[in-house]
Amino acid sequence: MLDQSAFDLRKYISRNPQSVAVWVALVVLILFGLLRYDNFGSAYNITSFLNYNAMFIAISVGMCFVILTGGIDLSVGSVAAFTSVIAAYLSPYGIEVAMPLAILSGIGFGLFNGLCIVYLRIPPFITTLATMLGAKGGSLVISGAQTIAVDWGSNFTQLGMEKAFDLVPWSIVIVAILVVGLWIVLEMTSLGRTILAVGGGEDASVMMGLKVNRAKMFAYALSGGCAGLAGVFLASGFGAGQPLEGIGWELSAIASVVVGGTLLTGGLGSIPATVAGALLLGLVFNILNFENGKGWISFSAYWQMVIRGAFLFAVILFQTRVMNQQTKAGHA
Amino acid sequence: MTSLISDEPVRADLSTRLKNNGGLVALAVILIFNILVTPNFLQAQTLAVNISQVATIAIVAMGMTLVIATGGIDLSVGAVMALSGALAPLIFQSDFGTAYPVLGIVASLFLPLIAALACGLFNGTIVAVLKVQPIIATLILFISGRGIAQVLTNGNLQTYSNPDFSYLGTGKILGFPFQGWLALAIAIFLFWLVNRTIFGRYLLAIGGNERAAKLSGGPVRKVKIGAYVICSILSGLAGLIVVAINSASDAARNGNLMELDAIAAAVVGGALLQGGKAPIFGAILGAVIIQLVKYTLLANGVEDEVALIAKAAIILAAVYIQQARKE
Amino acid sequence: MAPLLAMSDIAKHFAGVPALRGASLEIAPGEVHALIGQNGAGKSTLIKILTGLYRRDGGEISFAGQPSHLASPREAQQAGIATIYQELNLVPLRSVSENVVMGQEPRTLGFMINWPEAHRRTREILARFGIDIDVTAPLGSYSTAIQQLVAIARAVSMDAKLVIMDEPTSSLDSSEVEILFGVVRELKSSGVSVLYVSHFLDELFQICDRVTIMRDGQTVGSRDISATTKLDLIASMLGRNADEIAAEGLTELSGGNANFEEVVLRVEGTATGPRLSDFSMTLHRGEIVGLGGLLGSGRTEAARSLFGVDQLTNGKMTLKGATFRPSDPSAAIRAGIGFLTEDRKEEGIVPHMSVRENLTLALLPALRRNGQVDREAERKLVADFIRKLGIKTAHMDQPIRELSGGNQQKVLLARWLATKPDILILDEPTRGVDVGAKREIQSIIRTFVDEGHAVILISSEFEELVEGANRIVVMHEGRAVSELTNPGITENALVRALAHHEEAGR
Repeated sequence: MLDQSAFDLRKYISRNPQSVAVWVALVVLILFGLLRYDNFGSAYNITSFLNYNAMFIAISVGMCFVILTGGIDLSVGSVAAFTSVIAAYLSPYGIEVAMPLAILSGIGFGLFNGLCIVYLRIPPFITTLATMLGAKGGSLVISGAQTIAVDWGSNFTQLGMEKAFDLVPWSIVIVAILVVGLWIVLEMTSLGRTILAVGGGEDASVMMGLKVNRAKMFAYALSGGCAGLAGVFLASGFGAGQPLEGIGWELSAIASVVVGGTLLTGGLGSIPATVAGALLLGLVFNILNFENGKGWISFSAYWQMVIRGAFLFAVILFQTRVMNQQTKAGHA
Repeated sequence: MTSLISDEPVRADLSTRLKNNGGLVALAVILIFNILVTPNFLQAQTLAVNISQVATIAIVAMGMTLVIATGGIDLSVGAVMALSGALAPLIFQSDFGTAYPVLGIVASLFLPLIAALACGLFNGTIVAVLKVQPIIATLILFISGRGIAQVLTNGNLQTYSNPDFSYLGTGKILGFPFQGWLALAIAIFLFWLVNRTIFGRYLLAIGGNERAAKLSGGPVRKVKIGAYVICSILSGLAGLIVVAINSASDAARNGNLMELDAIAAAVVGGALLQGGKAPIFGAILGAVIIQLVKYTLLANGVEDEVALIAKAAIILAAVYIQQARKE
Repeated sequence: MAPLLAMSDIAKHFAGVPALRGASLEIAPGEVHALIGQNGAGKSTLIKILTGLYRRDGGEISFAGQPSHLASPREAQQAGIATIYQELNLVPLRSVSENVVMGQEPRTLGFMINWPEAHRRTREILARFGIDIDVTAPLGSYSTAIQQLVAIARAVSMDAKLVIMDEPTSSLDSSEVEILFGVVRELKSSGVSVLYVSHFLDELFQICDRVTIMRDGQTVGSRDISATTKLDLIASMLGRNADEIAAEGLTELSGGNANFEEVVLRVEGTATGPRLSDFSMTLHRGEIVGLGGLLGSGRTEAARSLFGVDQLTNGKMTLKGATFRPSDPSAAIRAGIGFLTEDRKEEGIVPHMSVRENLTLALLPALRRNGQVDREAERKLVADFIRKLGIKTAHMDQPIRELSGGNQQKVLLARWLATKPDILILDEPTRGVDVGAKREIQSIIRTFVDEGHAVILISSEFEELVEGANRIVVMHEGRAVSELTNPGITENALVRALAHHEEAGR
């Protein structure tokens, strides 16, 4: 979006039909919720919804960068669990120490992923599956397989449980800054454009002299860092570092990214649309909870995975159709 | 475009052949280490426990080998295990199953495998007909298959007591666990399939050079779908075995991370990620090595958690070595 | 005026096999210079050295007055050499502007990209080419012609001094070619040189100033376009003297009777797409019909249409009296056609499989017994063919990639002979094969035909066509344009037919 000279709505709609559909669906669902459920629009529901989904938005935007390069990162859930434990251990030193160090540990995992993928040429899904395993083992080791309570005396839990300027939860503020920052990076810096180019045509990118390896390393390091941030939110929001959490988070992130319109094969996508995708999926479950409360239907939590899978399937079908059309249109 | 068609033949030499048998060398090393260091290693009980765990990995790994041979990958194997494992107790514990116990057992073996077959058809069709990349295509069931299983069981752990069904996991023939025999039987069948039948020939050709296979009249679509179907059925079977061993079906954990184990076993066993080779007994070898590594760590006092890290490192190393070998 | 580029005495080997020896090229500033030669002549190797993809083994290069090393694509780009490849090497998902400025975006605030400026710059360059499009749209939404012009725009925006164009018109229609020519002239007038690599010789006379001809890894001539003719160029490319007549038999393909009664295949006006628009031929039992033409004339596309690889959009085919429209290769095989493809590495051999398995790959349905492959019958068949065709292999289970090129080709030929086809389509059957194996393959083909079957032969080696074919269908840019009949075809007649693509005398 930011790479145009001026914003043209019609063009945006015709070039990004899937993202537009997501925004529309989001608005429709919000209206639906407001009309149907009493407390849907309450400050409590909105803030707790955003607070909870802050973690998922963070890992989704990190995952977006990785998927844009044509890769995938299956380790984010386990890395978040790991960093939540680190953050909990460091909580006595206050949030100013715990948060950066926890995020750094996440970046460490990301760099490890990047090294294996870029320099050892191990395929991304194998590398990140292995890291997922390693991070899970790591978090169990350093936590002794226990949840680690945070130090309530320090300011650590303020992040997850209190509001900035008494208005908006800190987690939302931080994620908003992250999202805007990454949006600018993707649309307005050559690093971001290289990431898009790599996913859209790696051989061409190499031939054009772009710094492909650097872009990939950045994407995986970023994904690890975002997982680190999510881990900090996890620890400070729930008051404990949890080595066994994070299962299935990578799948949520992938679903959010893809639903938002990013191609699973990479090369096309945007940060705002990814956020919209994460919000949409979160909202679907929020509404299901309300609906459960109404008593008309009963959706167990397990439907979440099925619904994510169904969304993914629909999106894949849609994207395949679009790709086939494009191949016929542009080339001889 | 001019391609350089070389007239130089490619020769295999001794160092290549040594590298090709790296798996056997690794196995020998691990066995010797264990015999010398680990207490009680050679006892029957130890072997039985190990064999029953190897069998499940081996069965899935053999299916994965077929899919890898076509140049693809199947990430959904764990989810399919969970799904079929969840279906079985539901069936034989249902009203129908308790009323007709024998039929119930049969159905509870049969119907989950049909469900697994459907999963394989799903994967195969998306890959072969819609031409979606295998990682992405199998990601759908990877994400939702376990969820479906949990929905069916409402997330509950299903325990049961049904000696007939449990035979699948705990029975022994001639002192050797039943699922070990099963794995061997499957290996023999698949070996025959790959090396003796037309299907197998086309399978390897598609992985080796898909265009050449197509231009030689090979039924590329059907064979690819077939590979995914077989892989899913075998995963379904493995899921049933796990349930039988534990006398319990836990949809959240059945087959958890099995895709990594299966891929690693297949790769260690000699399957090439770009396709063209389907070493069936290699998959068993790979499964044995992975299981032995797990056991070595466990029996020598290494905690579960550290074992996870060690396993991850070994898998990365195995894939890296294999890629490096290729070049 | 000093030349912009001077390459002299360039040598390059691959694993001891020389690809270039004594190749040279000289281009003046603001000159449009053509580079021509057949497959294997060394053009693409020379270009890859120029663009930094390969390192030369010998010779000198000087560019813009400086001796040049050109050790990497980046260096070549920075020196001012831009290449427009056939595969374009652009990113279709990105916008037009982005593809033009990628890697060198205009900035504000030091690190942020100035998009309005990028779009403006791109529009400006394209306007010079006479193109007015929405530069913010994804590149992939435009035709190949436009994408090519965007690639050239990128070269211009990077201040290229030399733009290499590799087969630029192969996917363009005539109006698009005119636009491209306009762009080339515009480049020339701004002092940029163009190295124009193409096998469409007519174009060279319209747009180029000079031409360099390569053959067998050497530069065999370099002249002004105004001082040469098409016939002269073709003759140089092929190493023939345009005035002499070569009388001795150079191949093992001669023979065959002159009377052909039974029409086994009739093709009328078929088309499959832009590269094959009007193909017609008839084929009789016992006959070899050659498809003659230069690169890009559509011969391989014609073969693919007969084999069910590409579907017909127009026209009709009749096989043994019945309408023939194969939906895929297996249908064509069942109908009795075999197709030995041009590129054995990409489309022929399954590298890890054995000689035996490769040989029987197209015959598998016929070898089925009791649900499995009939090993005994297979081994007997394979042993038979190894003997008959003289395939040199340690044993039939040797991996095929260990065999020499010539023996691999024999295995592939055996693959098709084993299916006992009525018609064999052979696309460059002796390419990349040593002299001895070449002659053996040729005599195998002759035997096949003498047994009452038919062959469609595509070959860039004119002596093969001239001596082996009973008739030659001459193709030009996707159409069958004329036909020559033996006896009486000489290489010169063929060359003339290609040069003029008119009705040739019998």
